[in-house]
Amino acid sequence: MTPLDTTGAAPGGTPAPATGGTAQEEDLTLQVTRRPRPGRWLAVIAAVLFAGWLTYTIIVNPNLHWDIVAKYQFDGVILDGLWVTVQLTLISMAVGITIGVLIAVMQLSDSPVLRLTAGAYTWFFRGTPLLVQLIFWFNLALIFPEISIGVPFDGPKLISWQSNQLITGFVAALLGLSINEGAYMAEIVRAGIQSVDPGQREAGASIGMSNRRILSRIILPQAMRVIIPPFGNQFISMLKTTSLVSVIAGADLMTVSQHLYLANFEVVAMLMVASLWYLVLTTIASVAQHAVERRYSPRATPPLRHRVLANLTPGRAKKETAS
Amino acid sequence: MNDVILRARGVRKRFGDTEVLKGIDLEVRTGEVLCVIGPSGSGKSTLLRCFNHLEQIDAGRVWMDGELVGYEEHGPAGRTLRERHARDIRRQRERIGMVFQRFHLFPHRTALQNVMEGPVTVRKRPRAQAEKHARELLDQVGLADRADHYPRQLSGGQQQRVAIARALAMEPTLMLFDEPTSALDPELVGEVLGVMRDLARSGMTMVVVTHEMGFAREVADRVLFMDQGAAVEAGPPDELFTAPRHDRTRAFLSTVL
Repeated sequence: MTPLDTTGAAPGGTPAPATGGTAQEEDLTLQVTRRPRPGRWLAVIAAVLFAGWLTYTIIVNPNLHWDIVAKYQFDGVILDGLWVTVQLTLISMAVGITIGVLIAVMQLSDSPVLRLTAGAYTWFFRGTPLLVQLIFWFNLALIFPEISIGVPFDGPKLISWQSNQLITGFVAALLGLSINEGAYMAEIVRAGIQSVDPGQREAGASIGMSNRRILSRIILPQAMRVIIPPFGNQFISMLKTTSLVSVIAGADLMTVSQHLYLANFEVVAMLMVASLWYLVLTTIASVAQHAVERRYSPRATPPLRHRVLANLTPGRAKKETAS
Repeated sequence: MNDVILRARGVRKRFGDTEVLKGIDLEVRTGEVLCVIGPSGSGKSTLLRCFNHLEQIDAGRVWMDGELVGYEEHGPAGRTLRERHARDIRRQRERIGMVFQRFHLFPHRTALQNVMEGPVTVRKRPRAQAEKHARELLDQVGLADRADHYPRQLSGGQQQRVAIARALAMEPTLMLFDEPTSALDPELVGEVLGVMRDLARSGMTMVVVTHEMGFAREVADRVLFMDQGAAVEAGPPDELFTAPRHDRTRAFLSTVL
């Protein structure tokens, strides 16, 4: 331990009684040190041993067919599915947050019509299973065989499409995921907007800003601090929720894994391949979430590196954050 | 005597069952500094917020430069009022600067960006021109060297001075101050009052809700005493502070002076 470390660690140090004389006082400050934590090191050793044993049993387990996992991990079919999963997640999250902001603003509006419409939206799309919604969108042709633009109530039609041609697996997946996500994002955005001091709105109004400007320039940027952690949660959740689209031939990572194991009977190995990719995606998303969180509240969240260190050596992490 | 810039007649306001303004009449002349004093809950702040339509009123009228604030006359003989179009309300607010008790600076913007926000987004001023003006205003409130600081890096007194600069950036003809020093540590009150004193001397029309009797006595042209939602009496500070006509004024002044 370096001398620098010892000065940063205050809690648990034994303060000596103050005595006269400057020289002695300087000595005393240098004596403050951190209380040793032998229990924590024992816990580290135990955890490392357990993790090691777990990893070992998994690696040597012959039933997991690691050689087959390795063979398929970067298989072209798997990578195509991975790309579909990434696309589904990004697009439906983007559409979802757009819908979410819209619905949240409607919920907070003065107009009872807008409030009721927004309420009905969240009520319905949060109230029915996503799986059902996905199947519904995919089978839209059963209810509306034809989709057209024209005069409502059986008036003349300008353009018409066959629903079966328009609603592919991918389109149905996007519709289902985005519309459902919008309902959840609406609640998150609403909580974020409501977390901003009402005085901010008044301050904006007092300099003549319009409600829309106040929202986009004053309220939403401040609401981001509250919105981002649950948004990150939703994003990571969405990465895996996309696997539901395997029921409607969504061609995502989960769908292609299933297709593979239906052909080669390597169920566990193919699921391992998919799971490893989901883990990679969620890890990237977690790191990105952390970076964005820091961007919007640079003081509230210490760098991840320091938080990890802080679990072992609080004194040291505190020093680095302070600098 | 100058023109009347702000006029209120019979302004009433209730929150639920409590009537917080019981018919207020008031006139403010161009260049005048009016200080509004009175006990907590007397309706001072609510009255101030009616002047730029941050509060809706239940009865009465407020005119700014002869134009009804927040409402327009409607129906036969203009007997009823209805709220103006949002665009009109914004235009009216542009001319009325407001300084809040708790500053309400935009925390995600630097001091300079706070001051520039109105001119750039509302007035559509070119950025360079708005920045030049904003820096002049920050200099005027003694914070030229704090332009790039975020509100959280500033003391309460500094934040309030930035808030004053932000209101001034819209070049208002009337400034409203809602207890501008009540949220400040005692040692920071002076710097804010100093800026307000300079502003008053420069001829700005100001309505100041305050508990700072020393400031009211020194800077105000007139002082209005409010109690329980009513305007009890108004007069030059020398008269009101030394020879109040009403018992309620006397009782209040004896507790604060």
